[in-house]
Amino acid sequence: MADHAHPPQTGTTPDTDVHGAHDAHGAHHDEPFWRKYIFSTDHKVIGLQYGFTALFFLFFGFCLVMLMRWQLAYPGQPLPLIGGLFGDMRMPGGVMLPEFYNQLGAMHGTIMVFLGIVPLAVGAFGNYVVPLQIGAPDMAFPKLNMASYWAYFVGGVVMLASFFVPAGAAKAGWTSYPPLADIETMGQTMWLLGMVFLITSSLLGGVNFITTVVQLRAPGLSMMRLPFFVWTQLVTAFLLVLAFPPLEAAAVLQLMDRLVGTSFFLPSGLVVSGEVLDIAGGGSPLLWQHLFWFLAHPEVYVLILPAMGIVAEVIANNTRKPLWGYKPMVYATLFLGFMSFIVWAHHMFITGMGTTISSFFQITTMIISIPSVVILSALFISLWGGSIRFTTPMLFALGFLPMFGIGGLTGLPLGLAPTDIPLHDTYYVIGHFHYVVAPGTIMALFAGIYYWYPKATGRKMNDVLGRIHFWGTLIFMNGVFLPMFIQGLAGVSRRLYDGGEIYALSEGVIQYNQFMSISAWLLAVAQIPFIINFFMSIKKGKKIEENPWKATTLEWTTTPSPPIAHGNFVTQPSVYRGPYEYSTPGVAKGFTGQNES
Amino acid sequence: MQIPYTTTIRPDTGVYNAKLGVWLFLASEIMLFGGLFSAYVFLRMGVPVWPGEINGHLYTSAAEIVSIPLATLNTMILIASSVTMVMSWASLMMDNFARYRLYMGATILLAFGFLVVKAFEYGSKFDHGYFPAESNFLGIYFTLTGLHALHVVGGIIVNGYFFGPGAKMWKTDRARFINRIEIAGLYWHFVDLVWIFLFPTIYLI
Repeated sequence: MADHAHPPQTGTTPDTDVHGAHDAHGAHHDEPFWRKYIFSTDHKVIGLQYGFTALFFLFFGFCLVMLMRWQLAYPGQPLPLIGGLFGDMRMPGGVMLPEFYNQLGAMHGTIMVFLGIVPLAVGAFGNYVVPLQIGAPDMAFPKLNMASYWAYFVGGVVMLASFFVPAGAAKAGWTSYPPLADIETMGQTMWLLGMVFLITSSLLGGVNFITTVVQLRAPGLSMMRLPFFVWTQLVTAFLLVLAFPPLEAAAVLQLMDRLVGTSFFLPSGLVVSGEVLDIAGGGSPLLWQHLFWFLAHPEVYVLILPAMGIVAEVIANNTRKPLWGYKPMVYATLFLGFMSFIVWAHHMFITGMGTTISSFFQITTMIISIPSVVILSALFISLWGGSIRFTTPMLFALGFLPMFGIGGLTGLPLGLAPTDIPLHDTYYVIGHFHYVVAPGTIMALFAGIYYWYPKATGRKMNDVLGRIHFWGTLIFMNGVFLPMFIQGLAGVSRRLYDGGEIYALSEGVIQYNQFMSISAWLLAVAQIPFIINFFMSIKKGKKIEENPWKATTLEWTTTPSPPIAHGNFVTQPSVYRGPYEYSTPGVAKGFTGQNES
Repeated sequence: MQIPYTTTIRPDTGVYNAKLGVWLFLASEIMLFGGLFSAYVFLRMGVPVWPGEINGHLYTSAAEIVSIPLATLNTMILIASSVTMVMSWASLMMDNFARYRLYMGATILLAFGFLVVKAFEYGSKFDHGYFPAESNFLGIYFTLTGLHALHVVGGIIVNGYFFGPGAKMWKTDRARFINRIEIAGLYWHFVDLVWIFLFPTIYLI
């Protein structure tokens, strides 16, 4: 239904009133601290809020697994120095209880995925950079943006608080499978409530991103002139909007099972601790799995797409040439987003679904590897003939490429049903997904932090510390995750409290546990230069002049940024060309900004 | 620089921002209720008899437990409320604020009427000992209709705001106010549409 003409307006509209804008400009000078920095509606402030909070959760989730890795390396041994801090309910005498190990495992996954990576990749980078890259004054719905952040924050508080309720946090894995999750202790209910907040946050954010990219592009910025980073954020937003609600539905059903006593996921005749459960029964644990994975598969593309976007920006900028295959990359991203909705049951190959259904999902899973390969290949080929600058962001972007390659390739035996049978729920799976997320996405996010730090702060991060951070991270991430493939192929299951020690099949590969744990702790040490660098450079970093990376995209046309609440640009930019006009033939200048006519 | 297209339409997309926003929100809501409808299908396909045994009695059709006449009444009420919702927006487009008030008030009253009938239905279930925990039919019935009822409540709150305190915007920013009523209307039609699917799915088939 087309919009009809609106009735005559009684006053001037905000769209056209310059004087009104002036008044708003004047009013902002009076904003109190709490409105300017805490309950801000400015996308840059919200982006930074997301960034700091997410980095904290990444650190916290990392600490959880460092604890776990002690138990895996030295099962049953008391943890020295800090073991006593956890109390008798978790680590009596400093020795980790299996229940606590399971809490750490479930919450490590939940926190890293939902409180760490997605808020950083989408909430922080997306919010901060997308409006700037499209030449907009802010996101389409600034108040909704603020609500998204605070919903995330509350969800995070609920998740953290769950550690302190009787019997501790959720311990049925980040996947919360019934029947176990249905009968678990209170922490599981808090997990479900926390997820409801996080899902709400993502939904509001997704709606905001799509509307922003569609509606607020600057004049002249057609869709095919968008930086690839914006495309990845757009498709990611669609995944969030469409894939999360079934998990919300599932969470509601599991809450009903736990709080009201329904049997949506509980089969008849279920026996718990020797007694038959007094429930109506007739439910299906598989129903949860379908609803959960319907989200959780698109979720992994939410994890990787913004990272690919960041890598693309950094590579184009540091090779001083356009991205190779921009159009195929865009179409591949759109196709990937679409396909991601019809592969989910490759996580369920051994549930007895039947060969027909398994064949369907196996085929779609093989097909979805194609767009990923297109994007990765295009990024590799973009290096050819480039004038490569090995800046710190570029190091991380380059490191991402082979690491994501390993992650993606190791996914293939998992996506094929017959080979998945011996590999499902083993350390092979853990190795696979960590390669894509850790030396994959997280390294790309580091690239983004080093790259856009000057835009946000007006200063560059230190390069020496950056290099130490890069090499330490790359080497020790491989140290942690590469042996997992070996253990998984030997048959060592995941989520084992002793790392597989009790089983004979792990005899030849159990020694890797110690190696991996030490790598993990050294990986933590390698982050110290980054943490120091990050905070130190706010005050002590080298001040930058205009456009320090000599980049072409719109966010660099006003660096340093105007002060908060003074808009994003001095004047509304217009766009005249594509996003990567580097080394254009026939042009003397090394690069031409999108806004240069 | 102000955010563009908050009221005026962007030429190449044909919408103003909030309209795109609400359609995306509705898409997510379709996926939410879709997830629950899928659960219904999954649960029903897994058993030989539906609704099945409750409190020792074997039910073979939903009509034996839930009241089709009452649900039909509720269907009429919601459809009527969608009509009055459109009329309230149309009244604003025709510059008739008093009429807007009338129709918006009617929409809110009809919504309350829906909830009253629902409360009656639920109360009668509880009186007979039919709680969500008794069977999956009752479980999914209460969950689906309950979530829908929560959305009706949400609509009452939003519409109530625009009936009352929010109506000030008619004086200060007329075009934006009309757009907001249009958006609220889209949401309300969606709530109606969910019920149109709920009614046959749970009560009739």
